[in-house]
Amino acid sequence: MMGMTPFTYGQDPTIIKLNELQRLIAEDNGTVKVINFWATWCAPCIKELPYLEKIHKENSNVEVLLISLDLDLDSDPEKVYKFVERKGLTSKVFLLNEKDPNKWINSIDKNWSGALPATLIINSKTGKRKFIEQQLKEGELETLIDQVH
Amino acid sequence: MKKLIVSIILCAPLVQSISFQQGYKIGDTVSNFTLKNVDNKMVSLSDYNTHHGVILIFDCNTCPYSNAYNERIIALNNLYKPKGFPVVTVNSNDPKISPGDSFDEMVSRAKNKKYSFPYLFDETQKVGHAFGATNTPHTFVLKREGKNFVVAYIGAIDNNPRDADAVGKKYVEQAVGALLNEEEVQIKETKAIGCSIKYR
Repeated sequence: MMGMTPFTYGQDPTIIKLNELQRLIAEDNGTVKVINFWATWCAPCIKELPYLEKIHKENSNVEVLLISLDLDLDSDPEKVYKFVERKGLTSKVFLLNEKDPNKWINSIDKNWSGALPATLIINSKTGKRKFIEQQLKEGELETLIDQVH
Repeated sequence: MKKLIVSIILCAPLVQSISFQQGYKIGDTVSNFTLKNVDNKMVSLSDYNTHHGVILIFDCNTCPYSNAYNERIIALNNLYKPKGFPVVTVNSNDPKISPGDSFDEMVSRAKNKKYSFPYLFDETQKVGHAFGATNTPHTFVLKREGKNFVVAYIGAIDNNPRDADAVGKKYVEQAVGALLNEEEVQIKETKAIGCSIKYR
């Protein structure tokens, strides 16, 4: 898992299927995982990105995974690659490539309507989790992480 | 349940995020509403009391999913309006958060796309909250029963936002088709990725 820890500049986002996403969610790597569902076109997603990046860089016990849903509307991943490079994102970025959202949204969290952004916070040691379906406010992520400890 | 209550108390600003769990459910009777259309006339749900039902879609100008579905929404109205089951669209986005969804921008969109159905401005966001609409395009198929409208389907228009030609399951068409044949709707609820509705 070291390759997924902070300061991986110049990363290549990986295209994944649902089973790989579920493995990322379930795998115990000793951290609190913050799994954020976003897209380059989603304005509130872009606004909360700095909070996610900050916590990923500053807290070695927290791993932020950014799951782009851009492929849901556009099969070309290039826009995401360029965005990740331009922003110099250090959190690991994945592109979920699944065609039928109704088949997998409930498997992430049954309370998720499907609106973006959405964030799953999960203590990978204990499995304790929080799910939030709205734009994160400053300081909110820290509170949610405390709640799964 | 205890955990849920605790988390609501701890995160007061999050309360709005659970509003989607409080909207209408399948089988609920919908309260009447009256909203301003892009032609400046008021439209009420009760105006449709001689129709079989209404395909109510929470939509907006700015969401890429709404744009991907725009032609499909127009096609739904062309298909079902003559059969007495027309489309009505509602924009609940707060224009202060999403300036591209102001009333004037709605008027432009409806003109450019030659909308043949109402595009209503939910300025107070009360209708969006009442339905528990969370994202665009979020669709509610309403069946008329006497003077009432009852929720028969909630969710996505179909199962492929990216490619209208590769759709496998046309959820809304299946629901409306069943209701017009006086049959039970098979798939009553689905989920889709979409843009969050910008509530104040």
